[in-house]
Amino acid sequence: MKLSLGPVLYYWTREALLGFYANLPHSRLATIYLGEVVCGRRREMRPADWLGLARDLAQTGVEVVLSTQALIESELDLRAMRHIAENGEFLVEANDMGAVRLLANRVRFVAGPHLNVYNPQTLAWLAGLGACRWVMPVELGRDALALLQRDRPAPVETEVFAYGRLPLAFSARCFTARHYNLSKDDCQYRCLDHPDGLPLATREGQSFLALNGLQTQSAQIYELSRALPQMHELGVDVVRLSAQSARMNGIIEAYHRALLGELSGSDLDAELAAHRTADYCDGYWHGKPGIEHLAA
Amino acid sequence: MATLHKPELVCPAGALPALKAAVDNGADWVYFGLRDDTNARNFAGLNFDSRSAGAGIRYAHDRDVKTVLAINTYPQAGSWERWEHAIDTAADIGVDAVILADPGLMRYAARKYPALGLQLSVQGSATNHEAINLYRDQFGVRRAVLPRVLSLQQVEQVIRNTDVEIEVFGFGSLCVMVEGRCALSSFATGMSPNTFGACSPASAVRWEPKGERMDVRLNGILIDRYAGDENAGYPTLCKGRFDVGGETYYAIEEPSSLNALELLPQLAAIGVAAIKIEGRQRSPAYVAEVTRIWRAAIDECGANAARFSARPQWKTGLTRLTEGQQYTLGAYNRKWK
Repeated sequence: MKLSLGPVLYYWTREALLGFYANLPHSRLATIYLGEVVCGRRREMRPADWLGLARDLAQTGVEVVLSTQALIESELDLRAMRHIAENGEFLVEANDMGAVRLLANRVRFVAGPHLNVYNPQTLAWLAGLGACRWVMPVELGRDALALLQRDRPAPVETEVFAYGRLPLAFSARCFTARHYNLSKDDCQYRCLDHPDGLPLATREGQSFLALNGLQTQSAQIYELSRALPQMHELGVDVVRLSAQSARMNGIIEAYHRALLGELSGSDLDAELAAHRTADYCDGYWHGKPGIEHLAA
Repeated sequence: MATLHKPELVCPAGALPALKAAVDNGADWVYFGLRDDTNARNFAGLNFDSRSAGAGIRYAHDRDVKTVLAINTYPQAGSWERWEHAIDTAADIGVDAVILADPGLMRYAARKYPALGLQLSVQGSATNHEAINLYRDQFGVRRAVLPRVLSLQQVEQVIRNTDVEIEVFGFGSLCVMVEGRCALSSFATGMSPNTFGACSPASAVRWEPKGERMDVRLNGILIDRYAGDENAGYPTLCKGRFDVGGETYYAIEEPSSLNALELLPQLAAIGVAAIKIEGRQRSPAYVAEVTRIWRAAIDECGANAARFSARPQWKTGLTRLTEGQQYTLGAYNRKWK
């Protein structure tokens, strides 16, 4: 199995973002997904900046994939999506069926986690259009994966979201702007103040969600390192880690060593615990409510 | 101003009495689901078996009203046959169309029953013309329902760039998230619209009276806490009060409903083909009243859009139905975002 780094889902300053990518342990990663997936108003990085970064990262030998925005509303969003789909240089992760239309039967592409692939028939359809890899929806677990893997078309790789706050929902409304009593059109880019999202708790203090602009995430970090042997058995090809603002390199290193078989069980837990920045959850993998943590 | 084209009125039916109420009060289409997780209102005691569906279709067709079967959840790996069977049933009982979200299922329907009308459900999350045209090119989809996330201007943009008929929501419960792209319910309860056909399912709800106070939980998670003088609402999890940055408020959305009645002339003018009323879980009396009011409004707007204004008795009629809940124009109004 190979490791990938998913697109940064948060809004970081250009400087912070470029610094993050420059300091990654590139040799540990087979694939890096790049691009703004959440909100078209986030423009610290212009299209040419993303392409420049993609070329720099490709120089390190890593496979670079450009990810498209998940929720397309405006003409500007469409234009950005077309720009990525027609880049002609890098593989593209389609996160909306509109992007699939622009890529289908033209170039191979990655079917991203927001395309709703819940059954082998839909996976076969996407493979027929040119999907070379698919990312399982986060709310599916190992039992559903086993069934999907059984009927997977031969050339298609399978990727599983295995670490990070879960991208659970998208809205036209910006919940970060709402928190500050601002309209979305005048959001003052408050997402920049929340590099890992804005935590939301219940009225009795239970951590529940994280508001990331238009996106709602889990407050907990989804953490599937204990499930890596099961993923291997199920024929998973790529294990996706989702970026966070601190201690990411330690997480990458721990997963890298786990994949090599150098770390497992309580040693792996201890290594990850040193880089832990929030509570964990893993319920989805076990077919339970996503918020639960079973870790077995 | 010339007479505008009139959008069709698409009304919900959770059971035969509601279907008849919709037909009798002026629906152009009625939509309904089968009694299992193949539809997104998989609630106990609701929906149709093939016998009651057949009776409903006859009742509608005898009165020139069209029927569409909602098979709008995502077939789960391992139980695909149930969804295939739902398509076979739809063709067999003679609905005019099926409304689907899953591409794999659309492919099955388009290949096996080319004469069966295909509509794209809101659960398919198609918010732009490229996505909608993909479903048209691949499966011959004729009508698409837009998620409740676009402004009027954005809806118009979609209509200008596709020949697929565009249907929008006009009235009823409001999803604040993009339909088909929300896993909040399974995160809290293990069951979501995409995997189970229900959001914040009743089986996970617990009402806990604590003296004057009422705590409402979903699978143990506190969604809201009501003081004695507040009306406790159903704990749809995006409509609870939560703590963010030390403030307690409706962090995602207030418990409000969509009512786009006043936008009718604009919706007609930009070429919306049909207006959908949400509410298959509602009573026959509710369906009758909403259908009657929207029928009158659409007819009046069609006769003279320039002079159209929503009549006070329509507004009070609709307000009465939602028991004091607030209304919103939702995303049609940019400020809501």
